[in-house]
Amino acid sequence: MADKKLYDDIPGTVVFDSDQAAKGYHLNQFCITLRLQHNRDAFKADPEGYIDQFPMTAEQREAALNQQWNRLLELGGNIYYTSKLAAFHGINFQELAGLMTGMGSEDYRAMMVAGGRSIEGNRYKSEWQENNKALQENNKELQDKDK
Amino acid sequence: MAFISSGVACSHVPALGVAADTGISGDDYYGPIFDGFEFSRQWMEKEKPDLVFLVYNDHCTAFDARVIPTFALGCAAHYEPADEGWGPRPVPIVKGHQALSAHIAQSLILDSFDITIMNEMEVDHGLTVPLTMLFGQPDAWPCPVIPLAVNVVQYPAPLGSRCYALGKAVRKAIESFDEDLKVCVFGTGGMSHQLQHQRAGLVNADWDDRFMNLLVNEPEKGCQIEHIEYLREAGSEGIELVMWYVMRGALNEKVEEIRRFYHVPASNTAVGHLILENR
Repeated sequence: MADKKLYDDIPGTVVFDSDQAAKGYHLNQFCITLRLQHNRDAFKADPEGYIDQFPMTAEQREAALNQQWNRLLELGGNIYYTSKLAAFHGINFQELAGLMTGMGSEDYRAMMVAGGRSIEGNRYKSEWQENNKALQENNKELQDKDK
Repeated sequence: MAFISSGVACSHVPALGVAADTGISGDDYYGPIFDGFEFSRQWMEKEKPDLVFLVYNDHCTAFDARVIPTFALGCAAHYEPADEGWGPRPVPIVKGHQALSAHIAQSLILDSFDITIMNEMEVDHGLTVPLTMLFGQPDAWPCPVIPLAVNVVQYPAPLGSRCYALGKAVRKAIESFDEDLKVCVFGTGGMSHQLQHQRAGLVNADWDDRFMNLLVNEPEKGCQIEHIEYLREAGSEGIELVMWYVMRGALNEKVEEIRRFYHVPASNTAVGHLILENR
């Protein structure tokens, strides 16, 4: 689909639409099997043998085996599916968010207790780009000072 | 005849189920939330509905990626709590009401809502957490429940306006059922939250407040909120708030707001809750 999507400009977000769903079908179907104990046991006993039953792409397979949580979403995974893989590793939703945001569990939990991530500055990708630019300039200034 | 007396809106954060099940619902983190529902549990004891019609979304539990019905009506005699990856919640089996389910299914389809009929369905936290929040931890749920599962996982979810219209059709169906039943309708999920990727943890309290005001007082306007607004302002998972509009559609145009509760956070989520009575 060449159509530009209205939601493409939301930062840090992968909307699980029909295109993503088609791309991630076998990945998601793998994740969902881990809802059941006998499948969790089989995956634990032989991770590679178990995952190879699902005809996903090499990239998806690698991201699943290496627990690359954002990558899994970008490759068509959906959070309600990938969270089953996380649960297999003993990672709950909040811990998973700590990993996906790169904040770590403690800082992420503290942000939530303080009211969550503000909507201000988080509506558009352009806002993140401006922030990044400002950060980079700030870092550069600091580096220049060090010289 | 059956009639609808009230509506309940309630977040269905899985962590609230875990907190209740593991006995930590009184701690510093969860205590304020469960305290916030104490009023509601007392209200529910007095309200004593004969049946709950509960609108929720399945989280890839009963439905995996093979089948994704937009609206699926539970028509079974009972619904088992599902294993979502941590073992099934230790809560009672949810009993259904097959005669009313069958009647609603038929009425909806003849009213142009081509819903999917579920004769077997496991139910996940989306359904059982709101029951826990409103009924506590009984040995058996005090009344039968008819579940309506809505797809909000794969974009696009049904429009808010369509959910609102479906609520009106559900009401028509319930009110044409020839048994004296007092029905409470639940709309679950929300409020603003994003569970995924780098923007996870988004909470928009101002937007949530406006959403509740519109839902209660100007539902015709509020149900027009577009998907892009939900996604951007309320987070990628906040879009499940469209389900509150099924509940709202089943109530009178004018309702009395008996209770409003809002708290941040439960895990990744802003918790919102309303009790509305028909005026």
